[in-house]
Amino acid sequence: MIDALTIAVAVTALALAAWCGWATYRDQPTKDWHFIGMAVVSLLGIAQLVIGCVQLARGQSPDEGTAIFVAYLLGAAACVPATGFMSLSERTRWGSATVAAGGVVLAVLEVRLFDIWGGGSA
Amino acid sequence: MPETTTPGAAEAAAAPAKRSLGTGPGRLLVTVYGVFTVAAASRSLFQVIAQFEVAPLAYSLSAVSAVVYGFILFSLVRGGEGARKAAAVSCALELIGVLGIGTWTLAEPSAFPDQTVWSDYGMDYLFIPVVLPVTGLMWLRRARTATA
Repeated sequence: MIDALTIAVAVTALALAAWCGWATYRDQPTKDWHFIGMAVVSLLGIAQLVIGCVQLARGQSPDEGTAIFVAYLLGAAACVPATGFMSLSERTRWGSATVAAGGVVLAVLEVRLFDIWGGGSA
Repeated sequence: MPETTTPGAAEAAAAPAKRSLGTGPGRLLVTVYGVFTVAAASRSLFQVIAQFEVAPLAYSLSAVSAVVYGFILFSLVRGGEGARKAAAVSCALELIGVLGIGTWTLAEPSAFPDQTVWSDYGMDYLFIPVVLPVTGLMWLRRARTATA
């Protein structure tokens, strides 16, 4: 369950990064559609945070420790919303580039989360 | 009519008083430095608290890098000529740190039972730690010539 969600977040984050990267390339700021995309990715990240905490509460433990797992979950949930707000106040191509960077960072966090949880084996 | 004043004109009027370092391309730089500050700080905080005796040197150096990232982030957000100079000096320090520690970890791996943020020129972080200070210095240089 959580492995599938991790992969889903990583894939959507990369898609968002590519989309906003394209906007950067075309010298455009983030538009409404981009923000809807960010909202989708953010919701997935928040769902992951909730489900991760539920799994912990049910007695499962991540391979590399609970503290690191929760820290990464929080970082992953905050990543895209934070860069989204940055792009709200930077209405140029560089706002789009910021969101693209946020998407890449989120994808990297998901790869680490997969390892921390002990993905595949559990 | 103050309503007709565009935000761009207002920014241009305010610019000479306090030069902005965190807008335009600088915004992307602020974001990346923000990510690295959080990453390095939380990582070194956890390692220093939970397992400091495993690799004291590596964890101390990670903590130093977290402080450097934090200071550059603060300077970029603050803006102004003083902050620009301070950020340039710390970016140079950061570059020296990445190159120095990168070489040190390759030359004497036995001194590092665990990784630092700047181990192997920041390989764990996709080599961004070695690219970041160069980009930062280029941006800060351009920010100076833009108004000079």
